[in-house]
Amino acid sequence: MTQTSLTGYEPMTSIEAITSGLESVGYISTQQISTAVFLALGLRKPILIEGPAGVGKTDLAASLSRWLDVPLLRLQCYEGLDEGKALYEWKYGKQLLYTQLLKEKLNEVVGDEKTLESSLQKLGSFEDLFFSEQFLEARPLLTAMRQSAGSVLLVDEIDKSDEEFEAFLLEVLSDYQVTVPEIGTIKANVPPIVILTSNNVRELGDALKRRCLHLHIGFPDHKREQRIVQARVEGVSEDLLEQLISFVQSVRELDIKKQPSIAETVDWAKTLLLLHASALDEAFVRDTLNVLLKHESDIEAVTSDIPKLVREATSGKPMYPGQFTR
Amino acid sequence: MERQITSFIRALRASDVRVSTGEAIDATRAVSVAGYSDRAFLKDALRCTLAKSPEEAVTFDELFDAYFAPRSLNSSSQDQDNQNSEQSDASSEIDPVDLMESGDEAAIASALERAANAVDADDIRFSTQIAYYAQQMVREMGGERIQERLMQAFQQRSEEGDTEAERLIDLRRDLTMRARERVQRSYDIFGKGETEQFRNEFAENKKLSAIELSDMARMKVLVARIAKRLAVKHSRRRRKKNRGQLDVRRTMRANAGVDGVPFNVVWRQKRREKPKIVVICDVSGSVARYVRFLLLLLWSMKDVVPDLHAFAFSNKLVDVDDILEKNKFEDAMDQILRVAGMGSTDYGEAWTNLKSGHEQLIDRRTTIIVLGDGRSNHGNPRTDLFRSFAARAKRTIWLNPEPQPAWGTGDSEIPRYRPYCSSMSQVSTLKDLERAVDDVLSAYA
Repeated sequence: MTQTSLTGYEPMTSIEAITSGLESVGYISTQQISTAVFLALGLRKPILIEGPAGVGKTDLAASLSRWLDVPLLRLQCYEGLDEGKALYEWKYGKQLLYTQLLKEKLNEVVGDEKTLESSLQKLGSFEDLFFSEQFLEARPLLTAMRQSAGSVLLVDEIDKSDEEFEAFLLEVLSDYQVTVPEIGTIKANVPPIVILTSNNVRELGDALKRRCLHLHIGFPDHKREQRIVQARVEGVSEDLLEQLISFVQSVRELDIKKQPSIAETVDWAKTLLLLHASALDEAFVRDTLNVLLKHESDIEAVTSDIPKLVREATSGKPMYPGQFTR
Repeated sequence: MERQITSFIRALRASDVRVSTGEAIDATRAVSVAGYSDRAFLKDALRCTLAKSPEEAVTFDELFDAYFAPRSLNSSSQDQDNQNSEQSDASSEIDPVDLMESGDEAAIASALERAANAVDADDIRFSTQIAYYAQQMVREMGGERIQERLMQAFQQRSEEGDTEAERLIDLRRDLTMRARERVQRSYDIFGKGETEQFRNEFAENKKLSAIELSDMARMKVLVARIAKRLAVKHSRRRRKKNRGQLDVRRTMRANAGVDGVPFNVVWRQKRREKPKIVVICDVSGSVARYVRFLLLLLWSMKDVVPDLHAFAFSNKLVDVDDILEKNKFEDAMDQILRVAGMGSTDYGEAWTNLKSGHEQLIDRRTTIIVLGDGRSNHGNPRTDLFRSFAARAKRTIWLNPEPQPAWGTGDSEIPRYRPYCSSMSQVSTLKDLERAVDDVLSAYA
């Protein structure tokens, strides 16, 4: 992998380089995340990222592409996604339009032929014209194979796709090549860095799991979350940040339906900033809790605890040191 | 080095983490990229390739810490020492007394490691074997020589001899302790998982009525595991392509852009029915224990079977959905037994209650599961009602805790219900329960 000088993956020389590189584009990585990325390149394997919504699964792919300055190709999976949407499709409309426009020309060409057979033969020799790259609509998977300097291919929410699609994806990901019957096999010069994400809507097949490196991203600990918010939201004072993170971290300890994710913490920080809050107080929290929690029942459950949580968050010491082992 | 990885993978497999050969190869490749110098890096790299789910990651972390304990990382360098010394064939020549007295921890650890390998301590399966393996290790390390010197010391019958003997006894005890520790580690890594698996397998095939309270925790874990297994199997897509039947409407719409020429053909799809289960449990004394497990299993599968209704009776039928919904399972069970478990069994009355109060729950996609022994104290069995339920439902499954020869003996009404059931089977173990529920859900595929 080192002999080609064309790839965009050169900066990924070590784990530290990956961590600091990702940080330079605003993604606060962990040792685990960086290791997985490093191995993905070293072993030429896709990374399968699992974890709750909003912890930066998709963002990892986006940040990688930003940092390495290679294109990001995103394939959003959904029920019913098929090859035509993921790999390539013929531009039927264009083909149809061209045949219509070229009708007369075709008549001219074929007109000279005496027999049906010979005209068919003649027509056959033009067939390739209509099944050429010109009429090929490349979808994310094919596009990724064609990038000469590498790319980041993000297959988002693979668990939402059908099982047949999963099987088809296996084929593509094992050799990094796709076959278009009319044109031939297209092999990636520089295989893309492939990132698959899953929210565990359904259990993925063993075959796919086996072929991937596994990375589980959970909720961040206090320090990392603080750094993330710092990187994302400008102008939050140290004090407010500290209190806000303490608050969020203790909310996650409560028994609620949906725990606030990093994305929600960031939104909440922005909200508080907008309201010129300099410190957490009960009224602020009560008014803006809907930014952090998205279920009515969760908001209700937390509301009664607000005074206690705010008191603990503003008292300065982290409530549960060394939490978040899950 | 590779030997370390393969034996670590063996340990993982013993602890129920499935590792395929391909994954094992990936792991070695990952190690060759990661190297052994940085422990955290090695751990992350191996975890990426070997642990495929959060649960497996937990097992992995535990095992990694036990296996690559800081001490055994040094032993990787000792591995080479071993080989050298084995080549010079000096390994067994070291006098154990000298060794222990030298206080050279590295040398002692290395000798222990060598002895453990020689007696294949890693093959340990049960905790009861620890003493045996430790003994073997001591012998391997030249335990007889200590014994000999001890005898000599005794024979001296002098004060020096006695102190010498005491010293030797202490020394031997110390050596045995160390050997035990070493074997214990092997057991923690290789044996524990398999012992657990063995126990689980045993529990799955044990009669549910014979399960002791102390085993309940294990049973709960097992039931959760079965529920997960079944959920994975049956939570697959609920739609099936029905190739061959053209969906004209959707085909026309899909091809409107190309002048209606059907380039893209859309086939009709068949929607699979969602399972709907009505479970009716006899909670009179003899059957109550089985009910606990059936309800626990079904309730753990709420995600796959959202349409689940549970009733309990001994004579009067009680809707127990609410109780199960609002309480912790154990409390709910106690409460169910309190409200429904009293009185003498009367199937006829239960059917009458079902008919008048809940018949609308039974429709053509409902599976009725009855769990009971059919012993109705010679009351009117009301087979007419039972027959009407069975006719309305998709399937009617009767699970009977009694063995087949007992069906129909005494006050058992089983033969009279049997003709209306789609199937009637004996459930006495967790395995039987799994099979029964699997069968119910498979009918919806």
